[in-house]
Amino acid sequence: MAEVPHNQGGSKVAAAWTSFIGWVDERFPLTETYEYHLSRYWAPKNFNFWYFFGVLSVVVLVNQLLTGIWLTMSYIPSGDGAFASVEYIMRDVEFGWLLRYLHSTGASAFFIVVYLHMFRGLIYGSYRKPRELLWLIGMAIFVVLMAEGFFGYLLPWGNMSYWGAQVIVSLVGAIPLIGPDLMEWVRGDFLMSEITLNRFFALHVIALPLVLVMLVFVHIVALHHVGSNNPDGVEIKKHKDANGVPLDGIPFHPYYTIGHDLPAIVAFLFVFCAVVFFAPEMGGYFLEKPNFEQANPLKTPLHIAPVWYYTPYYAMLRASTFPLFGLTAKFWGFVVMAGAIVLPAALPWLDRSPVKSIRYKGMFSKVMLGLFVISFFVLGYLGTIPPSKLATAVAQFSTVVYFAYFVLMPWYTRVEKTKPVPERVTMR
Amino acid sequence: MRFKFLLLLLLTAPSVTLAASEESDWPMEPFEANLQDMPSLQNGYRLFVNYCLGCHSLQYQRYERTADDLQIPHDVALDELVFTGQKIGEQMKSAMDRELAKNWFGAPPPDLTMVTRVRGPEWVYNYLKTFYLDSSRPLGVNNKVFPNVGMPHALLELQGIQRSDCVQVPKIAPNGGEMRDPLVPGKAITEEKCGELVLEEGTGLYTPEEYDQAVHDITNFLFYVGDPSRLERHRIGIYVLLFLVILYVFTWLLGREYNKAVR
Repeated sequence: MAEVPHNQGGSKVAAAWTSFIGWVDERFPLTETYEYHLSRYWAPKNFNFWYFFGVLSVVVLVNQLLTGIWLTMSYIPSGDGAFASVEYIMRDVEFGWLLRYLHSTGASAFFIVVYLHMFRGLIYGSYRKPRELLWLIGMAIFVVLMAEGFFGYLLPWGNMSYWGAQVIVSLVGAIPLIGPDLMEWVRGDFLMSEITLNRFFALHVIALPLVLVMLVFVHIVALHHVGSNNPDGVEIKKHKDANGVPLDGIPFHPYYTIGHDLPAIVAFLFVFCAVVFFAPEMGGYFLEKPNFEQANPLKTPLHIAPVWYYTPYYAMLRASTFPLFGLTAKFWGFVVMAGAIVLPAALPWLDRSPVKSIRYKGMFSKVMLGLFVISFFVLGYLGTIPPSKLATAVAQFSTVVYFAYFVLMPWYTRVEKTKPVPERVTMR
Repeated sequence: MRFKFLLLLLLTAPSVTLAASEESDWPMEPFEANLQDMPSLQNGYRLFVNYCLGCHSLQYQRYERTADDLQIPHDVALDELVFTGQKIGEQMKSAMDRELAKNWFGAPPPDLTMVTRVRGPEWVYNYLKTFYLDSSRPLGVNNKVFPNVGMPHALLELQGIQRSDCVQVPKIAPNGGEMRDPLVPGKAITEEKCGELVLEEGTGLYTPEEYDQAVHDITNFLFYVGDPSRLERHRIGIYVLLFLVILYVFTWLLGREYNKAVR
């Protein structure tokens, strides 16, 4: 095996190691897998800041899985026990508070890094051919992640858990004809209850993590099959040396794992731990205040707001205020929200630009992307505040801007003037 | 550069706080918690078990853990702080029967373990300071922060009698300053303001300053109880962050060597 030249003295240990690996390789593609995914996976050499968030998503995923397993050891999924067991974890379990805050902060961190990871895809056209399927798998991960977060949020059984879940589950009831029956089937009861809590628990700790991990695996397999895009949006596989190695490619390991990602992971952990240890509630954004009160079906919080990572979509849901074609405003809100979540999946076919990267796209693309980001932040803020006439009007306008970014894309990416794309990647 | 952005993103988030529920328009006095002030926390513990625990439990918090965190010896804690015949390792439950309490007050007194996390310590501090006589209420008192609350003024003997009255306050000029009488130097021009709290001096065991301190201590104690991990969390957190800074330096230097090879 080529990877063990550290002990070149030809010692017996090295020889034994080589023969051991040889034994494994005859029975399992160990060296082959290692080379294919790490040491001989050629990544473009011009990755920048935006390329940290894929690996950071994996870091957060591992954090969620590990802390989740340990939380499950002390958590009791029952109407009487859930809330008290969380406080038991916070007070009586050794370092239970650390597990819980790592998990709750991890949920928010997951969405921060995934949103930034997706934004990277938007700016550099990472969804374009041949990476359409990679993008679709990523979208599936995003949707499953939203569901995972939603189910998990009910588990502390706080009052905001209860009423937040109540609001979202009631959306099912807005579906014409079958809605009310379907809603009862989803809840498993006539109102949100312990039965709902138990099925959400099952979905949160078994079903969806399983799906999530499998999708992440498939996402990485697809990535390593087509190769990474880069900030210039040019294919490095076009220019290879005599051995078939891309001229602008460098081995993912160790140049990206250690050279690029490791310091970034440590920097991320610094910010992450700063929140975990000093501001785990994040002013009510990561852990909402009414959630420190046990779920109470008779006491609705004055202002029901989801956690910040859902608020852009929640604002769009609330922005739908009028019935249409005989269907309720609530149903249309549900359609708008679901549409906003899944619409990015169509990007590979909406983008008609001859170039991939924002670096070489025209003014229209840049302006539309800017408006899209602003609308997303504005909607995110509006989703946290109580509705008012002005807020609703702004949310409606922002929703239109959000959708315009996608719907108008086939047009503006075709008519704008693009810049010439270099043959090889550039280092900036 | 790379994490400055993240830092900015994370740290600007809490600058816009969420609207709290059940707010009155009473101008809140600020409250500053201090978890390093052991005498304050100990006094808060003492006042709580004497004046509050009769009705309000701290059902998720244990006597022993609290005594340990507040540096109170176990025998002292058992003698002076546990009145319910409970063992020191038990949770701080109230002896009051919930069904009876419901009949007496309309609703059973809520558990207060996390009152400072739900309503904020500032709310608790101001709430305990703004009880006043109101003969129209069944219990004879009302509250400025929580109007028409169904709770008696448990600290009445400490604070004394407080009324909601009309008082003369300095008139405020359009420019924000207090108005003065132009003819009599230094004399303020006043106007009547109603709904202000006026204390009948000498009716309570504590002076107003002592009462403020007592309420501060109770609130400080409840702030601690809301999340007792804070003490340990902040202590460990410093070391974790220092470790990560040092680790960053080494990983950055290591990464630089690899990056040289790329360029």
